Amino acid sequence: MSAHEKWVAFCTILIKEVRRYLRIWPQTLLPPAITMSLYFVIFGALIGSRIGEMGGFSYMQFVVPGLIMMAVVTNSYSNVVSSFFGAKFSHSVEELLVSPVPNYILLAGFVVGGASRGLIVAVIVTCLSLFFAELNVQNLGLTVAIVLLTSVLFCLFGFINAVYANNFDDISIVPTFVLTPLIYLGGVFYSMDLLPDFWAGVSMFNPLVYVVNGFRYGVLGVSDVDVRVAFGMLSLFTVAAFSFSMHLLNTGKRLRQ
Amino acid sequence: MAAALAIRDLRKVYANGVEALKGISLTVEEGDFFALLGPNGAGKSTIIGILFSLVNKSGGKVEVFGVDIDRDFPLAKKHIGIVPQEFNFNMFERVIDIVVTQGGYYGLTRNIAQERAEHYLNKLGLWEKRQDRARELSGGMKRRLMIARALVHEPRLLVLDEPTAGVDIEMRRSLWNFLREINTRGTTIILTTHYLEEAETLCRNIAIIDHGLIIQNSSMRELLQQLHTEMFVLDVRSELPAEILIEGFPCQRIDLHSLEVAVERDQDINQLFAALSAQGMKIASMRNKANRLEEMFVSLLSEPPPAGVNQ
Repeated sequence: MSAHEKWVAFCTILIKEVRRYLRIWPQTLLPPAITMSLYFVIFGALIGSRIGEMGGFSYMQFVVPGLIMMAVVTNSYSNVVSSFFGAKFSHSVEELLVSPVPNYILLAGFVVGGASRGLIVAVIVTCLSLFFAELNVQNLGLTVAIVLLTSVLFCLFGFINAVYANNFDDISIVPTFVLTPLIYLGGVFYSMDLLPDFWAGVSMFNPLVYVVNGFRYGVLGVSDVDVRVAFGMLSLFTVAAFSFSMHLLNTGKRLRQ
Repeated sequence: MAAALAIRDLRKVYANGVEALKGISLTVEEGDFFALLGPNGAGKSTIIGILFSLVNKSGGKVEVFGVDIDRDFPLAKKHIGIVPQEFNFNMFERVIDIVVTQGGYYGLTRNIAQERAEHYLNKLGLWEKRQDRARELSGGMKRRLMIARALVHEPRLLVLDEPTAGVDIEMRRSLWNFLREINTRGTTIILTTHYLEEAETLCRNIAIIDHGLIIQNSSMRELLQQLHTEMFVLDVRSELPAEILIEGFPCQRIDLHSLEVAVERDQDINQLFAALSAQGMKIASMRNKANRLEEMFVSLLSEPPPAGVNQ
């Protein structure tokens, strides 16, 4: 395929993905707005007012970056896992596999489509958070970079889950039993300083720690981990997830016989 | 000129150990209308799956218009359009979107894909249904939608895996006309079907595959000439006696007015009519008992294949 044909193919996949989640916006864009508003009210306003400060900020200000990233992570992940598994389940993924679209374009189409949903949700949740807390973004470039990198990373995780999934239960097991615990243990609601040394060390294996702290640094200017380490770890996880996704596509594992 | 499809020593062993293809070689010339027949589980779908890139071959070589799929599968794929046996589109998408999107996967700009979609949906009688969701279409319409989708990038080789399964007779014949038309315009067609009348009517060359081996590969005419005996059913105006004897023609009564007669290839049908006339029987009509290709197909499959037969 020529470069122009590849570009057309990429745009085709991307537009299809974007149309899909926009068409079902009450299932894709509305729930994070409602869920995060509840988090802001309950954890930020009601409980947070009794907690006081954390990391030098009001508890509401402290949890907002984590909650925004929580929405980005879950939406990026669920977009790709449900879209790709749905295509696999209905066999419509064969339309793509039979075509001359290179594997990296196929992957890029799904990932950028999922990441665009992550970004839209980030904007929605950020706007809602402004009703509850004052946010003065300290480093806009880093903030956007962390959101983009996080979206891409969790889109890739969603893709890997979709390739391995055999039924709809398999695409809900990972978000329920892996993703949610990692998010809650990733420092969304607390500072790593509160943990005993051992558990703070264990937490360093959790990619959500870098996601939450990297974003919190961009927004508030404070972080439990060195922001260069956070950015580096996220990049490393992304390269690893991309390489593994490409390996799955190139070998045809679970997609070709 | 390179063949439309050249397969050499193609082998496939699935992960569960099943050897679906045992070294198949096959050539389909450009412009041909080619039948690939065989019983269920013979290996037809595996060959199509390899062309479809959904099955990885275990060995052998496949070239599409001279392009080796091991060297440049994306280029080979641009030459191929495939209509699979099972519906493989999103049932919740609109008909027009399914075809246009497929064009996009082949790098066609939206305008060109729209034009082609309109052309082929019109040709296949689906233009009026373009805004319907795929799930709202009848079975026959869904099959035609898959044909329109396979043609949107205007492939030089069209592979159809049982395209008329579940399609009513009228629609089947209209599809035959459409396929003849695109074949006349230069598209090479490979057809698998269980309707042997369809293969006999449409195809010029044929390969029969069984147990992962090709047991017959010839022109349709050559194949049918191998048929030694044809069975005819005669409808007789007068009542037939219980015992009928026609010299040189083994026969038996089916009912009071129908007679089944075997005619060898070197016998004249005139002799049969003369013999019947001599017995005072008047013939109202005559037809083949079964499709000729069907008889040949059954007879070939009933013979144990000699070891290593692979033409």
